[in-house]
Amino acid sequence: MTTQTHDFTVIEGGTAPVRVEDMAPVARFSLRLREAHRAAVGQALGFDLPQRVGDVARAKARAALCLGPDEWLIHAPEAEAEAIAAAGAGAYAEAPHSLVEISDREISYAITGPAARELLTIACPRDLDRLATGRAVRTVFDTAQVVLWRDGEDAFRLDVWRSFAPHVRALLDAGQAELSAGF
Amino acid sequence: MLLIHCPYCDETLPELEFAYAGEAHVDRPADPSALSDEEWRDFLFIRANPKGPHFERWRHVHGCARFFNAVRDTVSDRFLMTYKAGEPRPDISKLEEAQ
Ligand SMILES: [Zn+2]
Repeated sequence: MTTQTHDFTVIEGGTAPVRVEDMAPVARFSLRLREAHRAAVGQALGFDLPQRVGDVARAKARAALCLGPDEWLIHAPEAEAEAIAAAGAGAYAEAPHSLVEISDREISYAITGPAARELLTIACPRDLDRLATGRAVRTVFDTAQVVLWRDGEDAFRLDVWRSFAPHVRALLDAGQAELSAGF
Repeated sequence: MLLIHCPYCDETLPELEFAYAGEAHVDRPADPSALSDEEWRDFLFIRANPKGPHFERWRHVHGCARFFNAVRDTVSDRFLMTYKAGEPRPDISKLEEAQ
């Protein structure tokens, strides 16, 4: 898809129907393991790791999203990265698994406001009404693979690989400008 | 756009999240060196290519990342069913009766 930019006249005084913002960095881990070790590794990391694809377990500021039958994505405050790696290493002998830090692989955008869902529909083929608040899924945004979190009725978060981020951001900005101009 | 039911996610999702991966239930011979050149050629290249229900592999590459199997009618492009990798080939006559 080519990106066309326009000089829209944004209606003055109105509040933007949707905002797109860079989010602060977080610690990110990719976790892969067999079912037999799910409970032990989950306990070491502080979670009851969910089994249904799209479900999220939360423990204080940490979140574990089930991406597939043997795959989870973990988000945590940056300061907890070392503690998470150490907890995984401590459980490894009894419960072998793969826990890889991918904090720098992706950046996240916050997409909020009454038109947030509509903005995402410019490039995400999912039926977003079926993504319940609190859940998240791996899907596509235009041609880029992303993880889409729904944090509220009008609040989404998009994890994007860094190399795809300029493309995704350009599409979001173009859509945001159109929605702000009242289209 | 086609909608495809992923048996691992248990959701019906847009085709854009999926990748086609060829005919299903093609087993690699246990002892390739015991095969004739013609048998090895058939394993590598010769496929059923039916007009009608086709057993085929798909991968939910932009979702749960799993491979699974599907029965798709190559005339109508309609998916008759999907099932997890490793499950036996479904009985096609029963599938057609159920239509
Ligand atoms: Zn799936």
